[in-house]
Amino acid sequence: MKLKGSEIIMECLLREGVDVMFGYPGGAILPTYDAMAKYDDRIHHVLVRHEQGASHMADGYARATGKVGVCIATSGPGATNLVTGLATAMMDSSAIVAITGQVPIPAIGSDAFQETDVTGVTLPITKHNYLVTDVNELAYTIKEAFYIARTGRPGPVLVDVPKDVQNAEIEFVYPDADVMLPGYHPPSEARSHEIDGALRLINEAERPIILAGHGITMSGAMNEVRELAERAQIPVALTLLGKGALPEEHPLVIGMMGMHGEASANLAIQEADLLIALGMRFDDRVTGNLKTYARNARKIHIDIDRSEINKNVKADVGIAGDLKAVLTQLLPKLPQKSHPDWIRRIRDWLEDSSERDILNYETPGKLMTAQVINDIWRLTGGNAITVTDVGQHQMLEAQYYPHQRPATLLTSGGLGTMGFGFPAAIGAKFGQPDEEIWAIVGDGGFQMTLCEMATARQENINVNIAIINNHFLGMVRQWQELFFEKRYQATPMVNPDFCKLADAYDIPNRRVSRRDEVEKAVDFARGIDGPTLIEFVVEKEEMVYPMVPAGADLHDMKRRPKPGEA
Amino acid sequence: MAEASSENKMTVVALVENEPGVLNRIASMFRRRAFNIDSLTVGRTHRPHISRMTIRVVAGPEYAMKIAANLQKLVNVIDVRVLDNEPHIERDLALIKVRNDDADSRNTITEICDRYPARIVDVGPEVAIIEMVGTEAILEAFIEEVKPTGIVEMIRTGVVSMGRGTRIHDTTLINRRKLIEAASRARQGNGRIV
Repeated sequence: MKLKGSEIIMECLLREGVDVMFGYPGGAILPTYDAMAKYDDRIHHVLVRHEQGASHMADGYARATGKVGVCIATSGPGATNLVTGLATAMMDSSAIVAITGQVPIPAIGSDAFQETDVTGVTLPITKHNYLVTDVNELAYTIKEAFYIARTGRPGPVLVDVPKDVQNAEIEFVYPDADVMLPGYHPPSEARSHEIDGALRLINEAERPIILAGHGITMSGAMNEVRELAERAQIPVALTLLGKGALPEEHPLVIGMMGMHGEASANLAIQEADLLIALGMRFDDRVTGNLKTYARNARKIHIDIDRSEINKNVKADVGIAGDLKAVLTQLLPKLPQKSHPDWIRRIRDWLEDSSERDILNYETPGKLMTAQVINDIWRLTGGNAITVTDVGQHQMLEAQYYPHQRPATLLTSGGLGTMGFGFPAAIGAKFGQPDEEIWAIVGDGGFQMTLCEMATARQENINVNIAIINNHFLGMVRQWQELFFEKRYQATPMVNPDFCKLADAYDIPNRRVSRRDEVEKAVDFARGIDGPTLIEFVVEKEEMVYPMVPAGADLHDMKRRPKPGEA
Repeated sequence: MAEASSENKMTVVALVENEPGVLNRIASMFRRRAFNIDSLTVGRTHRPHISRMTIRVVAGPEYAMKIAANLQKLVNVIDVRVLDNEPHIERDLALIKVRNDDADSRNTITEICDRYPARIVDVGPEVAIIEMVGTEAILEAFIEEVKPTGIVEMIRTGVVSMGRGTRIHDTTLINRRKLIEAASRARQGNGRIV
């Protein structure tokens, strides 16, 4: 059967199991949009209001499902608007495929209308990218793109398709053969000496700790990690993206680590004699000052990306491999262990932390972010997928919404992309239509992508937006308070009336400024099948503690004040 | 171990797919990770779809391993090896244009060239071009000797390296394009038509 390039794209997407794509049309991608009509019953196209939204939606979809998210845009400005989303996906290893239109091949390099060297622009922020110059290579290229995006350390892949390639017609045969890339072999199992080395360190350790990262969820190694922790009685600290990898109510889970992590986790890392880093990459927000980081600890580092091993922290045993495969090799040889003194010591820190819990504060007449988030946790039974933006509300979500299941906190960790939360929540809902989805966003970040309210309305997508409105760029203000003598340069926000805005988009809404109104508003949102918006007007100058100042030693935390000292 | 290898330089050899933009991807990775390149050469191998790069970096072994890991991560990079761990041959080629306008300099140059694997490949009344091939270290010694006679122009290719003996760094993996061709053939013959 003769097919046009544009139809080949759609045929390939179908075979990859794509059921939804997020995009925005334009001149150079029009042939593909024209072809879409025929496939509308099988692949739903979501019209976004800005291509950045499309990239975050594809990302949210990918994170929520473990499948590849797809976004599509036209050449030039359409494609460059995807850049932030691609960079976000790259930093957090999220599998997305972006398809962009390009000017026709003869026009490439001529500064044609809406021409941008998109493969050049996105080269450092994609796992791989392609410019398809021959329609005969189109199907195989798309197949490769999906394969690269979802395997190994997942990441974004962009396929740039010139308009004339979309229009060219060929006899179409889907390449059934497996993808064969001579230079692409994601590692799988460990070598036996590596397993032995890891076992030796675990056996010798008296104060071990597991650092649980995003890779656990992506590898599907939740049970293996749990077994490792339980059998050898090793406490588990979570990275931001590692949240949910183990249920947070598990007695061995001691909280999030890092800049705004719990003191129990950070102090345990600093006093540990063995770090077992699983699917994490020792980001500077996790380690603080590398010179003083876990100085007394030996390190086992297991990650699927070989270049992460010894990048920031030198590993005594570094294993490049798929976490689930490696732990499956290791567990049968792992003896029962116990570290009662070590666990007791950590429990003391945990007790001290819970004394300092914001929820214990007397805050008459005030609405605190932590209260709002914890109330949402309670009212959703701790069972929602929460998608956050970036800043104070994000860190307080991490602290006050315990997650019991993997892939239920979706957040831009590596890139810290404001504007991510709301569109990513829409994407997540398309991927997990039966899940309750809450976009928890700040007043700053929400305004970066709030145009997607129109998308949410058009699709009648059931996403609840919780705006944590403190009329400040809160985290930047916090840094200004701590490190710039409260010079609040460009952080106070004169905001629109979010409820009126929601009215304009025909989105049911409520405004809450007292604690006793939270429950009713959350119930209101949960009762509506479609988008809702709740604006929580919170205290203007809250602080997020604990805090390790950038570059400071991990144990050098500013703690939450104890109740009464606040 | 290496033949007169300079002390704090490491040699990384990479086999890469001979496709448009591959050099750009590699250069971009070096820039992004702030790895310093001393020299980078790229050329064809006996397999038309594979190019081979020799990258010299001023670095210790750990740094070189980091570079190798990041190179290996690129989809178009087939195989990477840090050569300094094994005996290998390295060669750098220089074309050096020197002043040649009096008997003294002519004699000096001829005399120096006799002691090195160097040849004079072009002679004129004012200047001559010397072609010199050797290890980086020998090249540098040669250049130092020639310098006083007056170098007016010079170009070096950068080092290329190859492991000694049966340390074979090659791949017979088939070409991606071959696959596409096979798919095209199937299209005309017994392929599954959709």
